[in-house]
Amino acid sequence: METQQQLDDFQARIDAGEKIEPKDWMPERYREQIIRMGSQHAHSEIVGMLPEGNWISRAPSLKRKLVLLAKVQDEAGHGLYLYSAIETLGVRRSELIDQYLYGNAKYSSIFNYPTLSYADVCVIGWLVDGAAIVNQTKLAHSSYGPYARANLRICKEESFHKKQGYEMVAKLAEGTPAQRKMVQSAVDRFWWPTLMMFGPNDSNSPNSAELLKWQVKLNTNDELRQHFVDRVVMEAEAVGLTLPDPDLKFNDETGHWEFGEIPWDEFWDVVKGNGVMNRERMKSRRKAHEDGAWVREAAQAYARKKNLSREKAS
Amino acid sequence: MSENNEKDWPLWEVFYQPKNGKPYEHAGSLHASDAENALQNARDVYARRNEGIGIWVVPSDQITASTPEDMGSFFDPASDKPYRHPQFYSVPRAVKKRS
Repeated sequence: METQQQLDDFQARIDAGEKIEPKDWMPERYREQIIRMGSQHAHSEIVGMLPEGNWISRAPSLKRKLVLLAKVQDEAGHGLYLYSAIETLGVRRSELIDQYLYGNAKYSSIFNYPTLSYADVCVIGWLVDGAAIVNQTKLAHSSYGPYARANLRICKEESFHKKQGYEMVAKLAEGTPAQRKMVQSAVDRFWWPTLMMFGPNDSNSPNSAELLKWQVKLNTNDELRQHFVDRVVMEAEAVGLTLPDPDLKFNDETGHWEFGEIPWDEFWDVVKGNGVMNRERMKSRRKAHEDGAWVREAAQAYARKKNLSREKAS
Repeated sequence: MSENNEKDWPLWEVFYQPKNGKPYEHAGSLHASDAENALQNARDVYARRNEGIGIWVVPSDQITASTPEDMGSFFDPASDKPYRHPQFYSVPRAVKKRS
């Protein structure tokens, strides 16, 4: 049983800015929250390979194909950093994967939207990775040491993801009328789903208070969303693209850009599994996992055989 | 269910040497079927941008670590020995100025 003294001591460590390491005492609820949030984050990185992976074979040039391959490979790496950070809490990788593929673990809804053109790949780099950077830069200061370190490593790589996306967006925006139309259409479709990536409004976010108290996360969903909007408005203006929100306007007093109501019905619908690509994404992930089973088994059989022959020789 | 828990590949801790002459540091961990596979995975997961010029992989269950519970008593032999630090000693003013 957790005593009040233990909980108070733990909170004092958090308030003093100390990092919590795997073997340290922690409330069971803290452990559960890190596992829940961290594994959702990991699953998102893994499923996030699909929308862009869809376009690797159709990249417009060899250079863009190399860039996209490197980016998608990074996403796999990010998933692996996060899984291993979460495993320090004593949960097994196979459990996490099972919850994800066959249970009810969640991942970011943004990956349940289809990528209809190469401009979508460009806009994902700019907006989706841009939003992810805002989140992860803060999570790099999270109170759980291994999770913070995984996020720090991710941030170092993520800025290339965003920059390559924005570069392509800028190129398309100054291209032919058809290219301009294509990139504007991608922005129109990805704008609101990107704002949803920060999660529900603070007034409607059941986990937030606890996560903030324990400094698992350091800012509220709405704070991070505002930070993102303020930056992206300038970036859109710089390349002459329009963000699809008639209510977007600068507030002189607050110094922030105000934006319209996010279509939350759509958000909850996609979270519940009814997005355009939910079923397709899960089907692809399960298939990849199951088709890879023989590789995992073969590698293990090979390791066993090598061990045996080494033992015999000695 | 796809596979049971025993089918997880063993866990390895990864250390890399960032530059010639620098000490190895912990990067993170990964699953791999054997040592050779662990080295290759470590390169792909933790050194895609020349983060290291050398990699060590160690089976995680082979690491013996101190525990937070005895952190105090385990390390306290060092805490009452200020004379192990140069600040403990005073030197003549003239010498101090020159250094």
